[in-house]
Amino acid sequence: MLESIPISALYGGILIGISASMLLLFNGRIAGISGILYRLIFNPFDSNERNWRLAFLIGLMVGGYLLLPIDFELREGYSQILLALSGLAVGIGTRIGNGCTSGHGVCGIGLMASRSIVATIVFMLSGIITVTILSAYTGLGG
Amino acid sequence: MQRLITALIAGIIFGAGLVVSEMVNPVKVQGFLNIFGNWDPSLILVMGGAVVVTLISSRFILRRVAPMFTDSFELPVSTIIDRRLILGAVLFGLGWGLSGYCPGPGLVNALINPNEAIVFIPALLIGAWIGKGVSA
Repeated sequence: MLESIPISALYGGILIGISASMLLLFNGRIAGISGILYRLIFNPFDSNERNWRLAFLIGLMVGGYLLLPIDFELREGYSQILLALSGLAVGIGTRIGNGCTSGHGVCGIGLMASRSIVATIVFMLSGIITVTILSAYTGLGG
Repeated sequence: MQRLITALIAGIIFGAGLVVSEMVNPVKVQGFLNIFGNWDPSLILVMGGAVVVTLISSRFILRRVAPMFTDSFELPVSTIIDRRLILGAVLFGLGWGLSGYCPGPGLVNALINPNEAIVFIPALLIGAWIGKGVSA
């Protein structure tokens, strides 16, 4: 198992950490994707904050897309119902819990915020339970 | 202008990190959460690598009076661990497991796998809109 872990996972993580550090150092803002997205969408008239949020998200999407390896295997035929339920649950959950993998898991833990440490443990456990049940019943996500 | 450029560059690096770490691949993420099945532990390194960097950098950055290109740091102030936080994290984990997408990779997949993103992203925004009104 251990020999199957690619070191690129570590490099990718470090890049994410550098990005979050830059946003904090230069702009004084937390690189929490859900927070940035929701504030951009639901508070679009805050022109002072809107533009950097838009710039960050455009960079995120385009940067990821342009760097994608050509042999990247797209998942096909995944259940649309699961995708819809997933989006709803992630949306509600990250809104009421004030953060996702990046905001709580990367930035919040970096700041040693107790809320983020608790949230990260809970969403990891919840994700593990979900995938365990999902793969037992559907064979998906296995 | 400076803060737009820094935000853009930070976004690009974040997107690069998601691709290099394979977080953009929902099958990989589900494999990571599948600890009782054919577990793929590599995303521990992603989280670990990112957190080590932010743990160290935050110490130094927050010694500054202000960020370089804005007037002040805008950090979450709440320290209350309440039902909203827990319920939110439970729901987020549920949704994350169901598709393998959290918000960042979900967004990047608008360009990579639009067939899935066209369902996931609108559902995400509807969920966030519902979540705004939920008092747990």
